[in-house]
Amino acid sequence: MQRRRFLLGMLAAMVLIPVKVLAAIWNKAAFESAQLDDASRHLAINDEIPSQDIVIKVPKRAENGAVVQVEITSHIANTEAFAIFAEKNPTPLIANYMFSDGVLPHIVTRIKMAETSDIKVVVKSGERYFVQSARVEVLEGGCG
Amino acid sequence: MVDMDTNLIRMRAQPNGELVEVKLLMQHPMETGRRKNEAGLLVDAHFIQLVTITLNGNIVLEAQWGTGVAKDPYLSFALKNAKAGDLLEVTWHDNMGQSAQQRVRLN
Repeated sequence: MQRRRFLLGMLAAMVLIPVKVLAAIWNKAAFESAQLDDASRHLAINDEIPSQDIVIKVPKRAENGAVVQVEITSHIANTEAFAIFAEKNPTPLIANYMFSDGVLPHIVTRIKMAETSDIKVVVKSGERYFVQSARVEVLEGGCG
Repeated sequence: MVDMDTNLIRMRAQPNGELVEVKLLMQHPMETGRRKNEAGLLVDAHFIQLVTITLNGNIVLEAQWGTGVAKDPYLSFALKNAKAGDLLEVTWHDNMGQSAQQRVRLN
């Protein structure tokens, strides 16, 4: 019985470790912000500089907001990270990607959009932040 | 890790000139916590929060996700300096403490 309890304890500890590590890494405040400005603030984004060197490929119109494909490429030197926001989603911050030298600062992914709005991308390069937006018309919201 | 499930991630890595293009398809409900089920009850939020991609054990790409990533997440990206034989691994962790991992040796 004691041995069994010990083993169960071990098992619980092993399962819990990633959760604890995760809690320290995941930016809860930013992801749970209902306002885009608050989410940006929690990511320490400031003085956003508009840039044509961020290329956002999105459909002009999305039939179904539950699946909107987004392709993002940053041509800004030393792109360390970029954050993706859907301006009018209940929680606007969708994702934050951190890049090493081993990958291109480029991704393709699929996101949910509650309604027609801008997709905003903010690139971090050192202590500077660059921004670009692209509008997507959403015919049926997909944030249920 | 006891709770890893390798069947939840499909990964394809394909050389393209100097690059290796990687495509990932993950199996996950990505519940926002705002959806109601047929009985009218809210379904608990259940979503991937962290995706980590390593090459030969070194992190090359890390993603933090919220509830706005679509169900059964798709992600593609391109490795710059990868070569045949390199070990590419992807791991996700979600808000309920579940995780999954997949690995592939590059051709």
